[in-house]
Amino acid sequence: MTSIPLSHVLALALALFAIGAVGVMTRRNLLVVLMSIELMLNGANVAFLGFARWHGDSLAHAAVFIVMAVAAAEVSVGLALAMALFRHGRTVDVDRATRLKG
Amino acid sequence: MSGELLAFYVLAGAAVAGALCVVLPPFGRNPLHAALALLATLACVAGVFVLLSAHLVAVLQVLVYVGAVMVLFTFVVLLLNLRREEFIGARVTPWKVAAVAATAVFAVKTAGAVLAASAGARAADLTAPGLQAYGGIRDVGRELVTTYLFPFELTSVLLLVAILGAVLIARREKGGAA
Repeated sequence: MTSIPLSHVLALALALFAIGAVGVMTRRNLLVVLMSIELMLNGANVAFLGFARWHGDSLAHAAVFIVMAVAAAEVSVGLALAMALFRHGRTVDVDRATRLKG
Repeated sequence: MSGELLAFYVLAGAAVAGALCVVLPPFGRNPLHAALALLATLACVAGVFVLLSAHLVAVLQVLVYVGAVMVLFTFVVLLLNLRREEFIGARVTPWKVAAVAATAVFAVKTAGAVLAASAGARAADLTAPGLQAYGGIRDVGRELVTTYLFPFELTSVLLLVAILGAVLIARREKGGAA
């Protein structure tokens, strides 16, 4: 029996997710945007594990495992894109990547 | 206050502080500083996982995030060798204000729902029969190769595609303008 209330765990998850979301929407450096996405995914993982702990069901641990794999794949492709973007325009400012803007 | 709860508050506070350092412009101006703050956040979240009895996931968090992902971030920050040009002209646009406001509304509404739904929730007793192995390699591994077998195998395909894609995208084009 743990002494941590479930609401506290979920509050931590929500805080991480919200901070990450603000970072994704407001930061212009592509690297920091990717880091913010990692924060959001970690917030989701905390919520998963919190609920798993409360139900005594470890299925969510497997889901977290898969989320981690997706995050690793996402960050490797994202950083490759950042390098390609930098090589193209000497910048990782997402506001300046406007080639597709009509 | 029990030691477990105290440890949770310390780790959660450090995680949120690190996350703020990643996102807030005064701290995150240098991408390397942001990467180090993210490292601290992910390590603290791994500690929270231990407190939630998710031992295997905590180890994976350290191996995958604190190890591999952060090394990748740090390498790219060093490779790109960015100048400190960003946020010299940091500007507050209506779009950013709207984004923060929308996130705040989302957070407050969700927090309200969470508090209402989790009031009086009681954690499962891990000393009960069948739960002693909770969160261990045997327990989670069995779920992965039975219930989650198909997504688990898809994960390996996804990682393969990601590796190939990353190599292809980041490769210097031969003789090209790059």
